Amino acid sequence: MDLSPIWLTLKLAAITTLILLLIGLPLAWWLSKKRSLVKIIIEAIITMPLVLPPSVLGFYLLLAFSPQHGLGHWLQQTFNVQFVFSFKGLVLASIIYSMPFMISPVKSAFQQLPASLSQASYTLGKTPWQTFWHVLLPNIKPSLLTATVLTFAHTLGEFGVVLMIGGNIPGVTRVASIAVYDSVEQRDYAAANNYSLILFAITFVMVLSVFIYNKYQAKSPLE
Amino acid sequence: MIAVNIEKKLKAYNGLQVLRIKKDFLPGGITRITGPSGAGKTTFLKMIAGFITPDSGIIKTNSITWFEGAQKINLSPQQRRVGFVFQDYALFPNMTVKQHLEYATNDTKWITRLLNIGGLETFADHRPGHLSGGQQQRLAIMRALAIKPKLLLMDEPFSALDLKMKSALIADLQILFTELGVTALIVSHNPQELDGVSGDELEIE
Repeated sequence: MDLSPIWLTLKLAAITTLILLLIGLPLAWWLSKKRSLVKIIIEAIITMPLVLPPSVLGFYLLLAFSPQHGLGHWLQQTFNVQFVFSFKGLVLASIIYSMPFMISPVKSAFQQLPASLSQASYTLGKTPWQTFWHVLLPNIKPSLLTATVLTFAHTLGEFGVVLMIGGNIPGVTRVASIAVYDSVEQRDYAAANNYSLILFAITFVMVLSVFIYNKYQAKSPLE
Repeated sequence: MIAVNIEKKLKAYNGLQVLRIKKDFLPGGITRITGPSGAGKTTFLKMIAGFITPDSGIIKTNSITWFEGAQKINLSPQQRRVGFVFQDYALFPNMTVKQHLEYATNDTKWITRLLNIGGLETFADHRPGHLSGGQQQRLAIMRALAIKPKLLLMDEPFSALDLKMKSALIADLQILFTELGVTALIVSHNPQELDGVSGDELEIE
């Protein structure tokens, strides 16, 4: 059995989760503060992948990053970067597709923290960044863990959007979910079953671990 | 001296009401702030600390202007560095009692003394979730004092303390206030709460 789709899927999920942690945390923090029309619009855009068919998102990403058109053409000409049918494209699509799974729980957790926590830290002379790092972030740990695992698990299961932008290139864009589909098309049910079982086992263990962690985690009075 | 002359529109159940406060607070003095619920006592403290911006007016301490609407001067809470005891304590759930004080100051002798005054030495390694209401309230007071503020704003700071603990703590605080030259504004809904403490009074209606 060719295990490369599994490794590729895990690599994609790990990179996507890491990047989403880096950009998602500050973005969720910013969104959790005072609401404005701009923030509402940005939040709506971030949430779109939850309700949009993945193929629609994939189709527009394909158009946007196609080397023949606008942005994709400019990226190809200026930086010699091509997102379509490449692993980079999968990462980009996964970041967009999984973003609500990272942002939403983290933003809600920040919003549930009383404003007086930040205010207390400010009176001690701490900057917003010190307050974020020492006070806010440690107090949303369970939500952050849930968001991280959900993002990782969701990326493992992506199909439509990665198929549209990445196609089915072995070793490059052929992730596990596509390998399952491909195996079924070729009537290789044994291979499809193997890929499916591995995906099922990985995601089940991850989700179960989070449930167990959150159950036994000594809850803070704020959560 | 802290000179305050500010105005702020507040939303009330019967429409908008205007909170107007004009008062000079003498340095080293204790002022008890009283008034009915919803009158704006907490808002007043938060305007002085810099969490809420008044609509107009001026807040000045000695020669430094903290807020002046007309000149668009508005110092941040970090620049004002007032000690603030929040009504909900605002303790950090992730930090132990000692870590709260260490987050505020590096002065270990001062931390030891505050732990002693607050009666919190034996709970130094406990997180707020494992403290009683009274212990949490004392920690909130000690954390506010950890930065050795010149101005201390306290919002219902003794509500969770029993009579004996309250009297002992107030006596200790008065010594500390004198030592640090603290000007204290204390919101209290209970007129008898600060009996025995000599000072001024401000009624917000």
